[in-house]
Amino acid sequence: MYQFNYVRPTSLADAQALLAKADDPKLLAGGQTLIPTLKQRLAMPSDVIDIGSLKELAFIRAEGNAIMIGAGTRHYDVAGNADVKKHNPALAYLAGMIGDPAVRHMGTLGGSIANNDPAADYPAACIALDAKIHTTKRLIEADEYFKGMFETALQPDEIIREVTFPHPEKAAYEKFRNPASRYAMVGVFVSKGPWGVRVAVTGAGQNGVFRVKAMEEALAKNWSPDSVASIKVPSTDLLSDLHGSADYRAHLITVMAKRAVAAS
Amino acid sequence: MTVVSMTVNGKPAKADVEARTLLVNFIREELGLTGTHVGCDTSQCGACVILVDGRAVKSCAMLVGQAEGADIVTVEGLAKNGELHPVQKAFREHHGLQCGFCTPGMMMTAVDLIRRKPQLDEQTVREELEGNLCRCTGYHNIVKAILAASEDMR
Repeated sequence: MYQFNYVRPTSLADAQALLAKADDPKLLAGGQTLIPTLKQRLAMPSDVIDIGSLKELAFIRAEGNAIMIGAGTRHYDVAGNADVKKHNPALAYLAGMIGDPAVRHMGTLGGSIANNDPAADYPAACIALDAKIHTTKRLIEADEYFKGMFETALQPDEIIREVTFPHPEKAAYEKFRNPASRYAMVGVFVSKGPWGVRVAVTGAGQNGVFRVKAMEEALAKNWSPDSVASIKVPSTDLLSDLHGSADYRAHLITVMAKRAVAAS
Repeated sequence: MTVVSMTVNGKPAKADVEARTLLVNFIREELGLTGTHVGCDTSQCGACVILVDGRAVKSCAMLVGQAEGADIVTVEGLAKNGELHPVQKAFREHHGLQCGFCTPGMMMTAVDLIRRKPQLDEQTVREELEGNLCRCTGYHNIVKAILAASEDMR
């Protein structure tokens, strides 16, 4: 790890001020991606601003037809929360499948979507559930937020405060895990709600999470696994690596979509 | 440099260390508690699992500063007054180890698991151990030991 200046602000306002002032800062939430990245010397921030212990970012509130989750909320707490399990069980299920128990005790919702790893789980939930991402500066629609592999609409001096997940009528997430890393080779989140029908895919896209419009249209007409069984996503823009070819991932998308609809 | 203070196995610990110090290195090198192991250093193997404020975490994926003010338990803190913890007893009784390298992390994960899920079955234990690797592949007895410990602690 390279040297850096470590600071642990006691309020979001302080964190915001430090972020604006520092040379080349990085926000640290749970650190489950950032710390391994620092260890490999793949990042060299001047300042690490630790917002992981900010109480004002760690909460889950059910209000009206939505659940608000603070950006600093740990995956473990989302997975076990009674309101999330009641109103949005697919989201609780997704959170309980991230990494392993020790990782879930540290990793946060905000950290996951700020990093936007192409194989992360939460981006699929945000897109499929028409989530609203509230930052220290504005509200960003999930559809406008994820910009590509490890890229988001966040500005350098912007911090995610919370994410609003409206309750779905139906939803499910199915993930085909890489047997070694447990990351999604392909993860498909399907949903039906006030926003219509959505199908979001993670783990497979060269540009990160994406929607499959053809599947959405078919499911809007008939919500059944058969509706998506013959829809194949072109492999052109899919990831191809030692874990699986683009064609293999394309095949998995259809399989996971079918399973997700069946599980919803 | 950064000054950190926390409680480790019931005793106060304070030091002035580089900010980039990992929690596991602080525990091993500053405090001399070498029961916590570093296996993979890539957050996959779980040999470094400890309890931070009661929750199992990978101490090789935490900066020491993140543990400021925390209550930490390492494998050395499990036994009380010369008496082994039920998880330690069960690991010995059921031979839940081969080379022993992964054992501290396995036991800390087990303590956390039994706290969260007092009613355990074999399938659950196997799933919950997904973040702990035993390169001797000695899972069978590890699972047996955890099930026995959870019975014992009920």
